[in-house]
Amino acid sequence: MHQFTEQLLFGIQLGSIYALIALGYTMVYGVLKLINFAHGDVYMVGAYGGLGAAFLVGTWLPSHHIFTAGLPSPIGAVLVLLCAMAICALLGLVIEQAAYRPLRTRAWIAPAIVLGAAAAYIAYSIAADANRNPASCVAIALIVWGAIAWILKTSQSRRTATVSPRLTALITAIGVSLFLENFANLKSIFTPDPRFFPTIVNIPDPARHIPRTVSVLGVDVSLETMLIFGLSLALMAILTFIVTRTKIGKAIRAVSYDADAAALMGINTDRVISFTFMLGAVLAGAAGVMVTSLTGTAINPYIGVPFGLKAFVAAVIGGIGNIPGATLGGLIMGIAEIMVVAYGSYIGVPDTYRDAVAFFLLILILLVRPSGLLGKFAPEKV
Amino acid sequence: MPDAIKKLPPLVRHLIAIVVIGAALMAVNGFVEGPKFGQYRESILIFCGINIVLAVALNIVNGFTGQFSLGHIGFYAIGAYVTAAFSTYGHARFFPGLPIDGSSPSIAHEIVPVFVLTTVAGLAAAAAGLVVGLPSLRLRGDYLAIITLGFAQIIQVIIRNIKAVDGATSFNGITRGDTTILTPHLTNFLWVYVAVAVILWVAYSLRFSTHGLAFLAVRDDEIAAESMGINTTRYKVIAFLISAYFTGVAGSLFALYLPSLSNDQFSFVRSIDILVMVVLGGLGSISGVTIAAVLLTTLPEVLRSVDEYRLVIYPLLLILLMLTRPQGIFGRDEVSKTWLKGQWGALRGVFRKPSPSVPLPPG
Repeated sequence: MHQFTEQLLFGIQLGSIYALIALGYTMVYGVLKLINFAHGDVYMVGAYGGLGAAFLVGTWLPSHHIFTAGLPSPIGAVLVLLCAMAICALLGLVIEQAAYRPLRTRAWIAPAIVLGAAAAYIAYSIAADANRNPASCVAIALIVWGAIAWILKTSQSRRTATVSPRLTALITAIGVSLFLENFANLKSIFTPDPRFFPTIVNIPDPARHIPRTVSVLGVDVSLETMLIFGLSLALMAILTFIVTRTKIGKAIRAVSYDADAAALMGINTDRVISFTFMLGAVLAGAAGVMVTSLTGTAINPYIGVPFGLKAFVAAVIGGIGNIPGATLGGLIMGIAEIMVVAYGSYIGVPDTYRDAVAFFLLILILLVRPSGLLGKFAPEKV
Repeated sequence: MPDAIKKLPPLVRHLIAIVVIGAALMAVNGFVEGPKFGQYRESILIFCGINIVLAVALNIVNGFTGQFSLGHIGFYAIGAYVTAAFSTYGHARFFPGLPIDGSSPSIAHEIVPVFVLTTVAGLAAAAAGLVVGLPSLRLRGDYLAIITLGFAQIIQVIIRNIKAVDGATSFNGITRGDTTILTPHLTNFLWVYVAVAVILWVAYSLRFSTHGLAFLAVRDDEIAAESMGINTTRYKVIAFLISAYFTGVAGSLFALYLPSLSNDQFSFVRSIDILVMVVLGGLGSISGVTIAAVLLTTLPEVLRSVDEYRLVIYPLLLILLMLTRPQGIFGRDEVSKTWLKGQWGALRGVFRKPSPSVPLPPG
């Protein structure tokens, strides 16, 4: 029983992280009906952003001796978290403006800037790798940039949609996801080498007699677990407050209910959609920092993939588009995964199947309830 | 075209065309680059062929019926591993005369094993397709994409846990006594060409038949198709089965070409590779998808010197394509004489000065 409670608490810790990421999926799906496959990679960028922020904070605020063995400052830790969240908010905004909004509104400036810059950077790097002189490298990069801007400008005005816009958006999302991963993987960006967070929250502090664990239900729980769970809970509470009590939250709910009607009522739907993206990205970024800094996992450009996929499955299990559903789905996923690792061997499921459990649950639940546990079933209208 | 050929039934005409084109390609293979095409170039040709089979098969589901499947890599893996296991463990029993190192003396030696192995692999994949397709085709759109993706991940995890094929590491065959029994290296240009010819023929016959129209109806509007008396579930399952079968065949050819199989060759990213071919070529366009498959297989070879950037250029192209031409290079059209004429006209239109817009009359 003791061991079971311990495993359950581990499951809740993992589940609260899944829930945090799943909220981003579910909110974007709620307003845009788009599976934002790039959301897991926002988590990855959040981890790197936090890492970068930790180094900056360590350099700028040496009095907070973030890397020393003493007590790292809570202010430093909060700053790191906020920096990562801000970076992710910006990333969410850029992704939405450059990749998803043009699909809806045929804007071409934002994608021309972002895609052109990325393509120009790659062209420059390739030319530089081939040992050309710098001037010709710059020229090649500019030509590529101009070409992309021209293609976008000319094609956006004469585009005729023959493919379902949903499909187009899904493929674009997959493209954004692969781009973020592989771009981060480049030697000139983050490199494939695994990195580790410095200790930003050094909880067991013998000098102050702060214990490493606290006792919950007769089980010793590490303070990291408590912190992850508490922070996730706080972030979810803030999100719930924003969505249910503020004006922008009301607008989000209106757009989610009926975007066209909301626009007729004077709501700037594009701005609401951007805000939703940023909100989701902020949560994913916070999750990225929390997991990598508190559990000491390695950071590499592909860490977002399994987390993103499982969190997404969590959102679908709970009923995608439904905020309580995402939380429920996340907890189910986290607990199920930990339980399979802990007890699966008793019923003949080795723990190497832990990654399959998520999808098995998904299939099972979708077959019984095609729109998830808390989702409402909407028959297709003619 | 002489009248005598025109009068032949379509199947015979197609066969003649296939044989003539194949003979021409063989001649190129044999003569242009000396006695052999060279192993490197031949491997590119073979991968082109395998990718054509994969992309056209995926197009049957994604392009014809509009059901979005992300899970075809699972059928590919099943085809490959079934072939590897069957030829490794059953080599002595089923193909006693066949040398294990691929040095088969003649076509006659290969024809039975290749046929048997690809058929078994295809049937295994189609069986898996039935298991995946029957329950999941109740779901639509995004949900179908998710659930097929889930199935592919489960298949990968299961394969990773099968000890008989060394799923967790790479499968190199087994050692009995003093010899290692490997998969016979039977895939060569000829067999890949035959597979490509068969899938293209099947796809074209499907597309331009009554059943093909039913597929397109399901794609364009499922509810309308249903109300016109089309059994949409049946057509979706048929498309899924055919597609899974040929994906399994492609996996089989892949397994028969490589000295060993490893689990990461069947990851989600590979699934996306094939999807990109289909989308780039144009969902529903068989010729377009074929051209895209050849382009995207040779492009990495061209980019070999900048290998690091290949994986970044790929998604960038995908995003750019979706923003500028979401229907793919060829849209839903097949490449034909009328199509080429239309494209020429459109190209001239791009560079022609736009006619000055006439202002609306006041009032």
